[in-house]
Amino acid sequence: MSYVTFFLLAALAIGSAAGLLLRRNPIHGALFLVINLGTIAALFLTMRAEFLAAVQVIVYAGAIAVLFVFAIMVLIPGKEETGPDPLRSQRLLSIPVVAVFLALVSVVVGSATLAGGAKPPVPGGADAVGRILFTDYLFPFEVTSVLLLAAIVGVMALTKRRA
Amino acid sequence: MVPESYYVALSAILFCMGVLGVLIRRDPLVIFMSIEVMLNAANLALVAFGQRHGTTEGQALVFFVMCVAAAEVAVGLAIIVAIFRQRRRLSVDELSSLRG
Repeated sequence: MSYVTFFLLAALAIGSAAGLLLRRNPIHGALFLVINLGTIAALFLTMRAEFLAAVQVIVYAGAIAVLFVFAIMVLIPGKEETGPDPLRSQRLLSIPVVAVFLALVSVVVGSATLAGGAKPPVPGGADAVGRILFTDYLFPFEVTSVLLLAAIVGVMALTKRRA
Repeated sequence: MVPESYYVALSAILFCMGVLGVLIRRDPLVIFMSIEVMLNAANLALVAFGQRHGTTEGQALVFFVMCVAAAEVAVGLAIIVAIFRQRRRLSVDELSSLRG
């Protein structure tokens, strides 16, 4: 049963990523991205990381996807990526390059011994994650707030129209 | 329970699709979305490794990655909008003005 769920979700994730790659219209790409992020959230759920699944839906599918759609609506130049591609040969070259990269990664991942017997599943609720965030990772957590503040100020400085 | 190595393999595939998207697309928005796919693949691997090692630390790391991704998307989209205002065209191949 869990295998069926996993392979269904994996097929959905890979398919939506392929849709993002192949569709020319960026708004379709954004919708495929939402599907991809949703399946990642579901995969988190199958790994008992409930808190991360919720955060994934809120932050990615909520905030980031809306930001993307908003940017596309602001920028919409009708059709993208039309006309002849001046760098077509280089782009075609990227496919074997990525294939080699995937082979490398799979060799590394395959050789890495995921040793050790099956451990009991880690609790991933807000309780466990919050406990570790506010004890061992308290300082990085606070630095994150500074990072988000810097992002807010930076975005305002970048997009403000100069009179 | 599906073994963690399956999740890591899926994460590797998704990451490579993100790399491919960055390399073959010309639209900076789509390139950004491909970067998000790569970040999500890394998150998936982190959670899988955390499960394998029996700690919650992988999930804490994923939380920080999500925060950084949110900040990165906000700033990156602002930069794209600023470039679009100057040039009225969006293609990463034409943005070579930093080149000497």
